[in-house]
Amino acid sequence: MTEEDHQDSLSTETETSSAVPDGEIMYEVPVSRSRGQTVLHPNRDQYVETIEKLSQDGFKVCIDVTAVDYLENPERDIPCSISPERFEVVINLLSHSKKERLRLRIQVPESDPVIDSIFDYYPGSEALEREVYDLFGIKFEGHPDLTRILLPENWHGHPLRKDYDVGSIPVQFKEAPGAG
Amino acid sequence: MTQNEAILENGAAERVFRRGDDSAILRMSESEIHAYKPLDDRRMVVNMGPQHPSTHGVLRLSLEMEGETVIRSKPIIGYLHTGMEKTGEQLSYLQGATNVTRMDYSSPLFSELAFSLATEELLEIEVPERAKWIRMLMCELNRMSSHLLFQATNGMDIGAVGAMIYGWREREEVLRLLEKITGLRMNHNYIRPGGVAADLPDGWRDDTLRILSNLPERLDDFDGLFTGQPIWHERLQGVGVINSEECLALGITGPLLRSTGYAWDLRKDIPYLHYDQVEFDVLVGTYGDCFDRFAIRLNEIRESIRIVYQILEKMPDGDYRIQDKKVTPPPRTRIDESMEALIHHFKIFTEGFKVPAGEVYVAVESPRGELGCYIVSDGGPKPYRMHIRGPSFTNLQVLPHMLQNALVADAVAVISTVDPIMGEVDR
Repeated sequence: MTEEDHQDSLSTETETSSAVPDGEIMYEVPVSRSRGQTVLHPNRDQYVETIEKLSQDGFKVCIDVTAVDYLENPERDIPCSISPERFEVVINLLSHSKKERLRLRIQVPESDPVIDSIFDYYPGSEALEREVYDLFGIKFEGHPDLTRILLPENWHGHPLRKDYDVGSIPVQFKEAPGAG
Repeated sequence: MTQNEAILENGAAERVFRRGDDSAILRMSESEIHAYKPLDDRRMVVNMGPQHPSTHGVLRLSLEMEGETVIRSKPIIGYLHTGMEKTGEQLSYLQGATNVTRMDYSSPLFSELAFSLATEELLEIEVPERAKWIRMLMCELNRMSSHLLFQATNGMDIGAVGAMIYGWREREEVLRLLEKITGLRMNHNYIRPGGVAADLPDGWRDDTLRILSNLPERLDDFDGLFTGQPIWHERLQGVGVINSEECLALGITGPLLRSTGYAWDLRKDIPYLHYDQVEFDVLVGTYGDCFDRFAIRLNEIRESIRIVYQILEKMPDGDYRIQDKKVTPPPRTRIDESMEALIHHFKIFTEGFKVPAGEVYVAVESPRGELGCYIVSDGGPKPYRMHIRGPSFTNLQVLPHMLQNALVADAVAVISTVDPIMGEVDR
C-alpha cells in the first residue's frame, strides 16, 4: 500500500449510479433493480391489487413492512413514471416455492399520509403496520386496531420522521454545579 | 409436489384472518381496558407482566379470562423501546454494529452479521474467505449459546428450576470462548462491515474442540431430564398448537415455523456465507406444539456442533478482513511509518467511509427466525435509514392465537417456547 494509494482512495468519489432500466414491467407495475434485488413501484391506489396478485402467485409470506422518510434526501432510484413523495412504505415479500424475494416501494405524500392496509392478505402485517403508524404517522386504512405499539398511547409526534429531533435529556450528576 | 406444499394442502389459516369480537386478539387500548364492563360476570381482564418472571423481560399480556381459560389476549410491548433505529441513523457504518448488537442480546452476532452483509452489499465488496468462515463459526457458536439459554429459561418457566443451572452452565462455556475471541461475553461488535474485528486468537481450535467434545454428553443429560419425562410431556405436548398455514400468514419464521413440519431454513434454502458448503439437516416437528419447539431447539444445538466440526476442517488461512482502503484502516505498523496512513486511519474513524447510494434488504437465519436488515444509503458515511426486521417482533403475533382457549398456566409455557427476546421486539 503506497501513499498515493491512500490519497486516491480518499479522493475517489463513490459512484452512485445504479441504472434504472426504463419500461420494465412486472405484475403490471414498473420495476427497478437495487443491487440485484427486484423492487416493484406500484401506485398507492393500485397497490392492493398488486399485493393480491402476488399473494396468489406464491408470495405467501409478508416478511417486513417498514417506511422511509425522504425529507432530507429527495433524490432516489425510482422509475421515471413514478413521482417521488416524502414518505415511502416498503413491503418485503417472500416466496418459499420460488425462493425469491420481492420488495414493494409505495410513495405516500406528506399532505395525506394514508395507505390501504394489507391485513386481509397478510394478517402478519398487523404489528408491522402498527409500528410504521407509531414511528412515522402513516395511517393504514382497514387495519383492525391501528394504535401505537412501541410508544405510550399519549405520545406526541412520530420519532422516525426526519423532522423529529433526536433531542437530549439533561442528566444531573451529584458533582455537577447547581445540582441539589 | 414438495413436502412443504403437501403440508399446506391440509392446513387452514381461517383463525388468524378473523376480525371482530370473536377473534383471538383483545383489541383494546389501556383506557378501554379500564372501562371494560363484561356482559358475562364470569369474564375479566387480567394483566400478566410487564414484571413477571416468565415474560422474559418486559412483555405484558392483557388476558380476557373466563375462570382459568383465556378467551382473548393481546401482547403489549414497548417497555424496552429506546429508539435504536433512530440511533442507527446517527452512527457511521463502522459504529453501526455496536448499535444493532444490543438488539437481540442473546444472539448478538446475528444482528451484526445482517448489518454487515447489508453494508457490504451496498458497497459491492466481497469479504475474504477466512472472514466468511470465521463469521460462520461465530454464528454457530452463538446459536448454541442462545439455544442453551432457551433450555435454561424454558425449564425454569415450566417449573424445572434445575434446568436453569444446567443450561446456564453450558452456555457459560460457550460464552467464555466467545469472550476469548471477541473480548466480550455479549454485545461483541466483532462482525463488522469488511470482515471481522480481529483474527482468531491462539488456541481457539483447542478451546472449540473442548466445547464440542463436552457438549453432546451434556445434551444427553437434557434428553434424560426432559425429553422422555412424563411431567414434561404433560406440560408441553398439545399445548400452544399452530399449523403451517397460520405461521405463513402471520409471517412466523424460525423454530416456530419448523415445529409445524414445514422445512424452511434460510441457511439451506437461500444460503448466505458458505452454508451451501457444509452438511446439516433442517429439523422439523410434527404437531406444532410447545414440545416440538423445545425438541427442535435442543437438537439444533447438535446440528450446530456438526457444522462447527466441518468449519474447523475447512477454515482457510488468509486475511480476516478485506484489504480495501476505502473500508479498512491501514495496518498498525504502517501508521508508525507513514503520515498518510495515519491521516487515513484518522479519517476512517472520525468521518467513517462513504457508502454508495441505494437500498438493500439482507436476511440471515438467527436462532429465532429470519433476521433482516434494510438499509437506505444516501451516499454519506451514515445510513439514511436502518431498519432491523427482528424475528421476535413478528413471532410475538402468534401468542393470541396460541393462547385462545388455553389455560392461564399454559400461557407461561407458550410464551416461553416462543422465546421472544424483548430487546429485539422493542428495539
